[in-house]
Amino acid sequence: MADKVVRKNIREISPIDVYRLLPRTNCRECGEPNCMAFATRVVNGELTIEECPPLAKEEYRTAHDDLATLMTPPVRTVVFGKGDRAIRIGGKYVLYRHEFTYHNPTPIAIDVSDDLPARDLANRIKAIAEFSYNYIGRTLTLDAIAIRSTRNDPAVFAATAQAVAARTDLPLILCSYSPAIIEAGLAKIGDRRPLVYAATKENWREMADLALTYNCPLVVSAPDDIALLRSMTRTLAEYGVQDLVLDPGTFIDPEIGPTLRNFTDIRHAVFRNHDDLLGYPLLGIPMTAWLSPEMSKKVVAWKEACAASLLITRYADLLIMHSLDGWVLLPQLIWRFNIYTDPRKPVSVDPGVREFGLPDKNSPVLITTNYALTYFTVESDIKSANITCYLVVVDTGGISVESAVAGRYLTPDLIANALKEYHVDKLVDHRHLILPGLAARLSGDTEEVSGWHVIVGPKDSSGIAPMIMDRWPPEKES
Amino acid sequence: MTPGNEHGQNSREKKPEGSITSLLSLLDGVETIELDHFTLEVKDLELFIPTGNGQFHPLDQKKRELRKRPSALIPEIFSPYHEPCPGRISEVVLGATRKEGGSRAGSLTIGGSDAPPFTFSGKPLRHPPVLALDVFDMEVPLPRALKENVRDVMGDPAEWARINVEKFGADMVTVHLMSTDPLIRNSSPAEAARTVENVLQAVDVPLIIGGCGDPHKDAEVFTKVAEAASGERLLLNSVTLDMADAKTLEKVAGAAKEHNHAILGFTGLEINKAKELNRRLYEYLPRESIVMDLTTVALGYGLEYSFSIHERARHAALMGDIELQHPTISASTNAWAAREAWMQMEAKYGSKDMRGPIWETLNALTLLLAGVDLFMMMHPAAIRTMRDIAADLMKPGKAETGSVARWAEAKI
Repeated sequence: MADKVVRKNIREISPIDVYRLLPRTNCRECGEPNCMAFATRVVNGELTIEECPPLAKEEYRTAHDDLATLMTPPVRTVVFGKGDRAIRIGGKYVLYRHEFTYHNPTPIAIDVSDDLPARDLANRIKAIAEFSYNYIGRTLTLDAIAIRSTRNDPAVFAATAQAVAARTDLPLILCSYSPAIIEAGLAKIGDRRPLVYAATKENWREMADLALTYNCPLVVSAPDDIALLRSMTRTLAEYGVQDLVLDPGTFIDPEIGPTLRNFTDIRHAVFRNHDDLLGYPLLGIPMTAWLSPEMSKKVVAWKEACAASLLITRYADLLIMHSLDGWVLLPQLIWRFNIYTDPRKPVSVDPGVREFGLPDKNSPVLITTNYALTYFTVESDIKSANITCYLVVVDTGGISVESAVAGRYLTPDLIANALKEYHVDKLVDHRHLILPGLAARLSGDTEEVSGWHVIVGPKDSSGIAPMIMDRWPPEKES
Repeated sequence: MTPGNEHGQNSREKKPEGSITSLLSLLDGVETIELDHFTLEVKDLELFIPTGNGQFHPLDQKKRELRKRPSALIPEIFSPYHEPCPGRISEVVLGATRKEGGSRAGSLTIGGSDAPPFTFSGKPLRHPPVLALDVFDMEVPLPRALKENVRDVMGDPAEWARINVEKFGADMVTVHLMSTDPLIRNSSPAEAARTVENVLQAVDVPLIIGGCGDPHKDAEVFTKVAEAASGERLLLNSVTLDMADAKTLEKVAGAAKEHNHAILGFTGLEINKAKELNRRLYEYLPRESIVMDLTTVALGYGLEYSFSIHERARHAALMGDIELQHPTISASTNAWAAREAWMQMEAKYGSKDMRGPIWETLNALTLLLAGVDLFMMMHPAAIRTMRDIAADLMKPGKAETGSVARWAEAKI
């Protein structure tokens, strides 16, 4: 195994590089119009080569392998869990998000320990499985369960693992430093392809044997010792264990500095120095905050929340957390979703009139800006409340309502022009316009310039539904 | 030679394989060799001395595949790789003492970075992040979690500034002259200047002066305030390309230069606009008087755009783009625009009294990692956390591993 593997940077790979290795039959089995279109989407990270069905045939084997090598990310992809619920972690192509896109959003696992009474265990699993949040039309959820052995008894751990597996199809992580305990767990749920935590410098051979026997990925743990991590990944790869995850240690209070530096050093080594021994997914463990002597649970949860967010930003490919408090988890789920979106995606949506439901001549007319997140938030609120209306999206240069009003990107003139340009007066018989609450101070001038009556709407689009129930249709004009 | 070592060496054979093979084939059939002036570097070259019939056999692929599994850890080393950064961020001094022509107790310096933040242990931040706390010159609607700390001083900017410094530990105070907005109260530049003077009297930290966003009115207000607080090294927040279009930029920049103040250039999530505005400002001001606001969006409402534009701009600056080599500022208080920060939600999402402060905190921490130098903040818990974590991130040295080494089996 070579230390350094110099791969072509994802941004240097052209669609032609991929195209010349494809079957080039333009068979369209992948759903794309031709092989070149498929190649372009592969290079953009939107499709993988596995989505070309003919490429799996024996005749294309060499081409498939060459393509796989070409497209291999410097941080390997590791899969744990089975079937539909399997989770891919790692698979990173770049150090900075703006260079390309981060792939495989950081899954968040919540721990359960084998000293929990059966009822508490059941409740905790239920809470983990059911935690979800509807964010601009997406359902954000927790992803996995980490089972910890705190009783130090193989039989107890095995029973807990079995009980957890029976209650949830979420992917699992088995946590213990004892090979005997891990083996007891694997004997019960090894077929779920759990992630095994952890191989250390003391137990690595037994853990490696278990990982090979059960064909499970393995975490390599070397707190604050990157040289040891390299030593272990080299040794374990030689030993035959390919699917590895790195735990460089998560120290929180007051050591978040060294923690982030280790994560950062590892990723700089991989992407700037081609260090292949560190090209594996990184595990962050914000729940180590709970080892603090601090007595206030709120303070500990606060620290865990900060550490989790910092680690999502700084390269963690998987997190294990303890707190189930909504205020701790909600920002993580949202930030994790956000930072894994494509940064090349525009900040704005096209201006124009959007129709919701089947609006008629009496339907309400609402105004918003063309900042993507504003638009999607408003859209999601309108849809989830089943409101029938027209939404006029004004071109504010992709700026949100509040900033656009402050910066004069949303003005009475612009609103009047948009109404005219999109012929909104032909869509409805009334002349009532619902302005965002954050643009309330434009209402007087807007009435004057546009000739429409202004109804000041809610400051937050979650208030659109109650507002329309309450105030639509408007009272007849005198 | 122990079996463990043997495997370690086998593993390194792949790299020099070609040269070894050709060397060995040259020696094929030779029985003895004598080496003159020979130095052996064990890490790079190894000699394979076979026993048997005296013939040399290069190892072939099949034999390597049949090798035994390692029985001991193969030693490795690690030294962090530090990307060379030819660029450096300008330093901007805010606030001036009596000796420097102002009346502040001390001045603050932001900027000066010559490496990505918290990345290379040998290159810590030049200056700790500066935390500025907001004051408004009129009553403003605030979420309860913010309002409860300042309810008694709302409408009294001088008193508000005082508790920001004395109670909440502000490094700076931002005076938002919101009442000057022609669409709100349209207070005059002279009234605004009086407010600023009152705050200058009440506290001795450097000030940031916030306008209302109207390119004409802000120019009048900033010009008047710059003159009234001459020599104080205020940060005027902010000038825009709209001001350039409205032909009011020159007036403000000129006043800042004449009266020794710094200027904040505000652009909306577009690097090229930030560069353009800076080019306009270079006509009037030295580089050491320019700070950038690249726009801070709330977590959940586009923080990722802010994060990436800050990382991109800072990286480009460190790689040598001089038009971006300016310190940056973030309005972390924008986090409160997110509904998750202030709205009553189902119990499973926790109390809004926790969600709001954590929202502001995480907004600020995220942009701290992207390299922002100055933060405009409000909630005391967010301010405390930023200070603690920034100090911890700046501290050199290794972790104390003992405490968490066995987390997996700890009873919690």
